[in-house]
Amino acid sequence: MINQILELWRWQDLFSNWPRLLTAFGNTLQVALLALLLSLFLGVVFGLMSTSNKLLLRGISRVYVEFFQNTPLPIQVFFVYYALPYAGIVLEKKLIGILCVGIYTGAYMSEVVRAGIGSIPKGQFEAAASQGFTYIQTMTLIILPQTVKIILPPLVNQMVNLIKNTSTVAMIAGLDLMYFANSNATNGYMSYGPAYLLCGVLYFFICFPLSAWARNYEERLKKRDSQQAKELEKVEEVVA
Amino acid sequence: MIKLVNVNKFFGNVHVLKDVNLEVAEGEKLVIIGPSGSGKSTTVRCMNFLEEPTSGEVYINGTRLTHKNKIEIARNTTAMVFQQFNLYPHKTVLQNLTLAPIKLQKVPKAEAEDLAYKYLDIVGLREKSNVYPSTLSGGQQQRVAIARALCSRAKIILFDEPTSALDPETVQEVLDVMIKLSSENITMVVVTHEMGFARQVADRVIFMDDGRILEEGSPEHFFVNPTEERTKAFLSKIL
Repeated sequence: MINQILELWRWQDLFSNWPRLLTAFGNTLQVALLALLLSLFLGVVFGLMSTSNKLLLRGISRVYVEFFQNTPLPIQVFFVYYALPYAGIVLEKKLIGILCVGIYTGAYMSEVVRAGIGSIPKGQFEAAASQGFTYIQTMTLIILPQTVKIILPPLVNQMVNLIKNTSTVAMIAGLDLMYFANSNATNGYMSYGPAYLLCGVLYFFICFPLSAWARNYEERLKKRDSQQAKELEKVEEVVA
Repeated sequence: MIKLVNVNKFFGNVHVLKDVNLEVAEGEKLVIIGPSGSGKSTTVRCMNFLEEPTSGEVYINGTRLTHKNKIEIARNTTAMVFQQFNLYPHKTVLQNLTLAPIKLQKVPKAEAEDLAYKYLDIVGLREKSNVYPSTLSGGQQQRVAIARALCSRAKIILFDEPTSALDPETVQEVLDVMIKLSSENITMVVVTHEMGFARQVADRVIFMDDGRILEEGSPEHFFVNPTEERTKAFLSKIL
């Protein structure tokens, strides 16, 4: 049966459509990249707000995170695409993709950033305060750089989720990779099997290098830390 | 130079400082001793407004500290050395020393580094300028922290139990650096249990217990004839 799905002519159909495939792939990349920037920005801003000593800022951040983490992304996309036009707000599909996926993932990123900041010892904040750094300087110069090591792996996980979640815009005919595969398959230009397989492979090619890079980065940092520990042991042996 | 007037501090329902009145003169070396929980750390932390008093007033050079002016007044005139060193682990030793001067006092990088090397020489760690703090021993880290405090060119340095987290063998190297500093015209407020250091360096010693200043006098006074029973009991344990 699998032979039937993968017959040669089905693949020929697929590749004869390659210019449109390329456009779709490009659209997915574009939505993913811009949504990623948006989500990182929101993640840092709301992550910082959630660790503020101002109740109002913490509250706003909490509402944002809970709202977007606990409602499905497709509903958010449908709401913006189908419901907002009744309020006179009509957005381009790509923009809807960027905004919805970006804001949705931003909520998860915000939680990652919050946890990262929470893991930094209180003494770091006190040292910075005692030297005269303001809250913003403390965060950007001293605290956030220290969180990178801790939050990078979960952050990249969220990036990978974001890229996969851009496929949601296919539901509103967003001309992305997923939409390309789906519409061509259902319209009979292509076959289901090759269309979805290729589509999956392309997503894999975007996501896998990211995950691999993050794993590699984590390994390197661990190695550096253990290297330092070894050097310290040596120093202590010499001293002793 | 520093003045505390009727300072009270509550942590929740716990009354940590009870009407503390204290004045530190310019260039004075003040040592604060007392059992844990007596409020000595809180007292020092009120001096740079790391803790803001629940009531009472703190003055530095005649200016009353407020929540608004604390960065401008308190943080620019004081530097702090912590029990846990609190060096920035993602910065090298040199960067730890130059970060605040470059970013806050807008000192040119080369000048900040010259100054950093000067103080690294004083604490005897010039050769460690390019390593990360995690490769240093506790005593070395604390010496770097002292150099960092000096780089701020603050006239007041607050020491909050600087040797309490150290291995006994490395305590002396840190104390030696502090003794070296004491010949400079820097105001030093030191929370410590090191009575040998107090005897050598302090102009005045304060004994705190249960949020109050119970007794004060010269180091000799505490060695020879402390008046309060509580002080005697405490000293008999640490001497």
